[in-house]
Amino acid sequence: MGAYLTRRLLIAIPSLLGISLILFVVLALAPGDPFSELATNPSVPPEVRMALRAKFGLDDPVMFRYWHWLVAMAGGDWGFSFQSRTDVAALILGRVPTTLFVVGSSQVLALVVAVPVGIVAAVRPYSLFDKVANTLAFAGFSLPTFFTGILFILVFSIQLHWLPFVYDADIQATGFQWYWLHVKQAIMPVCVLGFFQAASYTRYVRSAVLDVARLDYVTTARAKGLADSTVTLRHIARNGLIPVVTLVALQMPAVFGGAIVTEQIFRVPGIGALLINAMLSNDTPVVMAVTFVFACLVVLFNLIADLLYGWLDPRISFG
Amino acid sequence: MTAPLLDVQNLTTSFRRDGAWREVVHGVSFTVNPRETVALVGESGSGKSVSALSLMRLTPRDSSRSGGRALFEGRDLLALPEAEMRKVRGDAIAMVFQEPMTSLNPVLTIGFQIAEGLMLHRGLTRDAAEAEAVRLLDRVRIPAARSRLHDYPHRFSGGMRQRVVIAMALACRPKLLIADEPTTALDVTVQAQILDLLKSLQDQEGMAVLFITHDMGVVAEIADRTVVMRHGRAVEAGDTAAIFRGAEHPYTRALLSSVPRLGSMAGEPRPLRFPIVSTTTGAVDVPPALPDTLKPADRPLLQVSGLTTRFDIRGGLFGRTRGRVHAVENVSFDLRAGETLSLVGESGCGKSTTGRSVLRLIEPAAGSVLLDGEDVLKLGPAALRERRKGMQMIFQDPFASLDPRMTVGKAIAEPILLNRLGNRAEARERTADLLARVGLSPDMAGRFPHEFSGGQRQRVCIARALAVRPRLIVADESVSALDVSVKAQVVNLMLELQASLGLAFLFISHDMAVVERVSHRVAVMYLGEIVEMGPRAAIFGAPQHPYTRRLLAAVPVPDPARRGARAALSVDEIRNPIRALDYLPPERRYREVSPGHVVQVWGEDWEPARPAAA
Repeated sequence: MGAYLTRRLLIAIPSLLGISLILFVVLALAPGDPFSELATNPSVPPEVRMALRAKFGLDDPVMFRYWHWLVAMAGGDWGFSFQSRTDVAALILGRVPTTLFVVGSSQVLALVVAVPVGIVAAVRPYSLFDKVANTLAFAGFSLPTFFTGILFILVFSIQLHWLPFVYDADIQATGFQWYWLHVKQAIMPVCVLGFFQAASYTRYVRSAVLDVARLDYVTTARAKGLADSTVTLRHIARNGLIPVVTLVALQMPAVFGGAIVTEQIFRVPGIGALLINAMLSNDTPVVMAVTFVFACLVVLFNLIADLLYGWLDPRISFG
Repeated sequence: MTAPLLDVQNLTTSFRRDGAWREVVHGVSFTVNPRETVALVGESGSGKSVSALSLMRLTPRDSSRSGGRALFEGRDLLALPEAEMRKVRGDAIAMVFQEPMTSLNPVLTIGFQIAEGLMLHRGLTRDAAEAEAVRLLDRVRIPAARSRLHDYPHRFSGGMRQRVVIAMALACRPKLLIADEPTTALDVTVQAQILDLLKSLQDQEGMAVLFITHDMGVVAEIADRTVVMRHGRAVEAGDTAAIFRGAEHPYTRALLSSVPRLGSMAGEPRPLRFPIVSTTTGAVDVPPALPDTLKPADRPLLQVSGLTTRFDIRGGLFGRTRGRVHAVENVSFDLRAGETLSLVGESGCGKSTTGRSVLRLIEPAAGSVLLDGEDVLKLGPAALRERRKGMQMIFQDPFASLDPRMTVGKAIAEPILLNRLGNRAEARERTADLLARVGLSPDMAGRFPHEFSGGQRQRVCIARALAVRPRLIVADESVSALDVSVKAQVVNLMLELQASLGLAFLFISHDMAVVERVSHRVAVMYLGEIVEMGPRAAIFGAPQHPYTRRLLAAVPVPDPARRGARAALSVDEIRNPIRALDYLPPERRYREVSPGHVVQVWGEDWEPARPAAA
């Protein structure tokens, strides 16, 4: 186990270096200039612009800049945002709580819906419940979030006036009211994301559980005289959900990375929104930091998924 | 006359498929008396397993229904409320299933799985139930039961798992044990151990056993009475000895005649086809003797020498090789055109790996494989593809070895087109010819594999193998998965093809009775090595090596009169062939006991050497 973990972490180093190099080069070669705004502004002389470029090292060779970035990153310096004139680290950390709250809640909602629905649908295949669940799940992941999001806004905000449709991270309220306003404005994005995710989870859980439900040891368990609920929970669900755990673990980077489309629709100031704004304004240090952090999270959660797998399934050993 | 323990009257079972109910068991009646063993025997699709599952009400609730009555100690199992039925299951009636590899939950310890039923039906605490589980594991003779209680199923071999499953079934001292093909998936020596175990446990516990099987040899070993099922009906029932002496129904007679019997070939010089008995009239078709397919030739078609195949086991921080599986170790044999050499042995002995290494489907570590004097192991990729036309393989599972989305005609034509042996029209013509040759009709070429039965699919696989006009066919357990009557037909087909095409077969099988029927020569493998090889008559008539003797002794004899003649078997497990990196295989010596019959000289680890039979 210790050796396995060490080996996996050692393998992660070259892959992360490779990822960062590719990201950096692609961003450096991409057209666009963070100071293009200054170029069109007649009150800024070209010399100032050139001086700025030189100051931020934009005219150096790519490999030199990459090395520079790498050393800084290793020392904990994530770079400086051209756009907002602040440290990238502060920028990202400021967005993390909102993203964690909104996207994390939506994942929890998705699991709370998908696991029981998927299990019940699989235990009674082709029953009325199964058919209804299947139809809804199909509709759920066929509808993109920008469609359901706008639909929600139309119905709940504009028609019914129940919920606000612009997310406000700096709510000016105290005590219980503060919590309530936060929850209220999160309901729509959480539901839109959660139901979309729940739809695909449901189908996955259903097929995973269905595969297990027809295995011999399930019949063996029933032949022991166990009640259906015991058989389902102890013998079917426990085995059927092992692959689902992996799937969920692999979704976790997205919880930190944010949901670009949904965050845009509801104006949620999360990581996804930060990334898209940085891209639009050629703010490469932010784009680089966000995508690289995302890559690290993917590698990390892949490892966690594999370790979880070994813990849940005694047949897997880490030799 | 005591009242029967289980009295099944006119049992019917239907399944719903595509909205329509289809009856698969049509009014089956039989009884099981206390302490009695009743065999329910039939081929696949005869409804024997479905009948058993219906009695336990374990068929899918929403898509199946049962009719008739099943009186167990006077109560009708089919009419009990579900809650009452649950109290019967696992308590008064327990069940053992076929596949020991899948009938245990992989994520729960065996101790918990045995204790589960005890906690439920006897209200024991976890500790008390686990103490009882240790006692049960001792009873099914699992070594070091206490220390293995908290092990997961994957740490046990197939035979050991089946013991665990039996321990689980015996937990609440059932009055009736329903055993659904409990030994079918096991090696023959392990099967003999499990049958012995079931018999002795039955005597001790005084329980009745309903034994479901397709194997007449097993029936003869174990059953007091036998019910023969076919197409969902019980066609014949009676005393096992009486049925074997003189069956009334033609189907029973057909079934019995197609059972390969060990020793039935004594005095026959050449392989022999199985007699085919008509299942409707009972008329016997006595097969004409096959011509001698062996021709004197200067050199054998296939010469294998010193073949060694090993698999690395990796581990540790940098994935270094830590050990090796010595799957095939210094194996040498010859095979002439028109000859059948059988490789026999138990699972894990390396017989399949040998077959695959010969075709270079697995890359061997050392040795040479001469096909017509040319070393297959030294060929480059292009030459290897060219040479592979001369050697083809037929696999065990006819369901998995055909692409379900390709018509059988395309499957057979594919090797012809890939090897540029003809254009499309020629391939089509040859496909029709091949289908006719394997006993199918040429107009079946447009059908998909799922439209065929298992036996027909295996015929398709044979036709596909023949498409490139090979001279050597490696048949890896090719008839093992087939029902007895179908098995007889496919074996007959292979023998006829050998006679007409002069094919050489490397016949890999664990089924000693079929091997006796088809082989010219036999090689017995154990732990990757050939321990004994010789003419079929010598191996079966005068086996020398202790392992060959043990293998032959374990084969169930389809004759109730000879029951119990078998010597008691030990609880030995096959040892595993995993070795350390620096392991040097011991130098083996062989002695020739009669012309062509060689035996490995065995050491102390086998029983003290007996004097060789004269």
